[in-house]
Amino acid sequence: MALTMFEKIWHSHVILEKPGGDALLHIDRNLVHEGSFHAFGALAKEGRKVRKPTQNFAVADHYVPTVGRERGIEAAEDADARNMIRLLEENSRVNGIAHYGIDDDRQGIVHVIGPELGLTQPGLTITCGDSHTSTHGALGAYAFGTGASQLKQILATQCLWLKRPKTLRIVVNGQLAPDVTGKDVVLAIIAKIGTAGATGHVIEFAGSAIRDLSVEGRLTVCNMAIEAGGRAGMIAPDDKVYEYLHGREFAPKGAEWDRALAQWRTLPSDDGARFDREVTLDGSKLEPMLTWGTSPEEALPVSGQIPDPKSLGDANQRAHAEQALAYMDLKPGMALTDIKIDRAFIGSCTNGRIEDLRAAAAVLKGRKAVIQAWVSPGSTALKRQAEAEGLDKVFLDAGVEWRASGCSSCAAMNGDKVPPGMRSASTSNRNFEGRQGKGARTHLMSPAMAAAAIVTGRVTDVRTLKAGN
Amino acid sequence: MTPFTTLTAVAAPIEMANIDTDRVIPVRFLRKLRSDKAGYDPYLFHDMRFDNDGREKPDFVLNQPAYRKAGILVAGANFGCGSSREGAVYALLDYGIRAVIAPSFGDIHYANELQNGMLPVTLPEEICRGLRDQLRAKPGATLAIDLPKQTVTDTECTAHPFTIDPVYKERLLKGLDDIGLVLENTPAIETFEHDYHAQRPWLA
Ligand code: SF4
Repeated sequence: MALTMFEKIWHSHVILEKPGGDALLHIDRNLVHEGSFHAFGALAKEGRKVRKPTQNFAVADHYVPTVGRERGIEAAEDADARNMIRLLEENSRVNGIAHYGIDDDRQGIVHVIGPELGLTQPGLTITCGDSHTSTHGALGAYAFGTGASQLKQILATQCLWLKRPKTLRIVVNGQLAPDVTGKDVVLAIIAKIGTAGATGHVIEFAGSAIRDLSVEGRLTVCNMAIEAGGRAGMIAPDDKVYEYLHGREFAPKGAEWDRALAQWRTLPSDDGARFDREVTLDGSKLEPMLTWGTSPEEALPVSGQIPDPKSLGDANQRAHAEQALAYMDLKPGMALTDIKIDRAFIGSCTNGRIEDLRAAAAVLKGRKAVIQAWVSPGSTALKRQAEAEGLDKVFLDAGVEWRASGCSSCAAMNGDKVPPGMRSASTSNRNFEGRQGKGARTHLMSPAMAAAAIVTGRVTDVRTLKAGN
Repeated sequence: MTPFTTLTAVAAPIEMANIDTDRVIPVRFLRKLRSDKAGYDPYLFHDMRFDNDGREKPDFVLNQPAYRKAGILVAGANFGCGSSREGAVYALLDYGIRAVIAPSFGDIHYANELQNGMLPVTLPEEICRGLRDQLRAKPGATLAIDLPKQTVTDTECTAHPFTIDPVYKERLLKGLDDIGLVLENTPAIETFEHDYHAQRPWLA
C-alpha cells in the first residue's frame, strides 16, 4: 500500500495500539528548556525520574539575556528569570540530562540547535514543550509540541499516548521569484488557509517551490506550521538534508551513517499515497509578505492595502480584524508601504539561521539604520560562524546591534521588549497582542524585508530597494 | 487527577473567536512558580480583565458580579490556539473553570485541558452562539454538563448532545493518570526499544 511519510514514521514508532485508535508512541528525542519547569516539578513531586536521560536534551533559550553575556546568568533580567535558568540546570543535573547552559558553546534556541547539532534527523519522533517544535519536521521528522503534562509523561516514560492525526498535503508549485523566501511562502499559506486551517492535521509541505528551498528555508516553513493550526509540519528529506546533517555532532558516523541513509531514503511519501486533504498554491505568484493584524493569518503581499474588515469572509474574521486594526492603530485602505516602523528584530527560531543573517546583511551592507534594531543569532555557534563571515561588521557598521543568542524579542520573556505603542518589524512567528511586550505592535516579515524597514523606517518592498540601490 | 463526571456551574460567555493562549495568560506571568497557595488565577485573561494600572475593566465578563463565580466558559471558535503553554490551563483551573464550550479548540490546548481533568466541549457554532445569547440574557445562569450522557443542558432545559473520543471520556471519568497507563506496558515498551535501537544504535 502506498504510504505517506507521516504514516511511515508513525508506524515505525507505535509500541502498541488500543481499540479506539490511541497509540503508545516511542519518542526518539525530547528537548527541554527553562519553561519545562512545571513538568520537572510534577515529576519530582511524584517521586519519578527521567527514564531515558540520553534521549533528552536541555538548553537555556527563552529567558537568557542577549546583552552582557560575559556576566553569565547575572545579566538576566530579574530574579524570576535567573531562577528559571538555574532551575533548568538543576533539573538536568538531577536527572542526568545533557544541558547546554547560558555559557555553553552549544547554547541556542532549542529549535535551532536541534538541527544544528544533528539531534534532529529524518524519520524521528521529536517532542519539546514548545509549540514551534514543528520546525524539526523540515528534516523529515515527526516533531510536535506538547504541554507540561504530556512532557512529564515523556520524561517519565519516553513514550506518549497519542491519537493519530489526519494528514494535509500543501503543494507549492512553480518557482519562487527572487527575494521571495520560505517566510513569505508560509505566511501566504497561513493567509490562505487560516490559523485553524490545519487543526488536527500533520502538514506535509511539497512541490517544486518547497523542494527548491534550502534546509534553512524549509525550517522556516515548518516552524510556522503551528500558526496554521497544524499538529506538525514536515518535508521529505533529500540530498540537501543529508549534506546538511553529515558530520554534525549527533549525526551517525561511518557505517552507521550509511545504514541511516538507507533508512532515510525510504521515508518520502510513496507515489499515490493518500492524504486526508490537499491544498495547492502557485509559488511563482508569491510576493514578499507581511502581517498587518494580530494573527498570523492577517498577512498580505507587500504591494497590498490594509483590508476593510467589512470585506472579510466570515463574522469571526471581521470581528478579529476590527479589534486588530484598533490595536495596531491602522486604517482600512492604507498602503502597507505607508506603515511607519519604529523597531526591528532579526532572530528567533523562525528566521535566526545563517541564511537569514546573510539575507539581512546583504540589504544592510553600505546602508544605515534609521531605527533601533538588533540581531540575535539563533545559536552561539551560529554567532561565531556569522562573525567568521564578517556579518557582524555589516550589522554594526549599519548601526544595528549584534547581540548574543536566545529567543530575545520573539516572546520577550528575557526582557527584550518592544515598548508599548511601538511598531516592530520582526522576523519571528507570532504577532499576537502583547507578544513582543505589552502594547507592542508586531509586523511579521522575512529578514530581508525587516532589513529594508531598518534602513527606511517604514514597510518597504525589499525589491524596490535593491533595484534602486 | 480529579475525575470529571457532571458539572453544573455558572457559565460566562466570551464572544471573541481565536482566543489564543497569550490572551488566556500573558507570557510575562509564565515565569511564576505555581503552588497550592499561589495559583495562576490572578493572571487569567489578565490583559482583558485589568487595565494598565491593574484595575478591573468593568466590561470584561468575569468582572461582572453575576459571572464572577463562573465554572464554565462558552467561547468562540479556535479557543486556545497558539502556544503549548499549559499555564493557560492552570490559569483557567485555578480560577475555578472546569469546562470550556467552544466550536473548536487549538489542538495542543485541547490536549492540555484533558491532561488536567478539564473538559473541552465541542458544539457547533450556532449552538455555542445560542448558549452565549442565553447567558447574556440571564446573567449568572448555570449550564449543566453531563459527561456520561454527553450533554450540555442550557438555561431552557434543552439538552445538546456532544461527542468526545471514548478514550478521553474514560480517562476523565476515572481521573486516570497517563503515566500509570504507560508503565503498565513496560514489557512491551522494553521489547520495542530493544528491537528499535538494534536497527538504529546511534539513537539509543
Ligand atoms: S524563538 Fe520564539 S517561537 Fe522560537 S522557541 Fe523562542 S520564544 Fe518560542
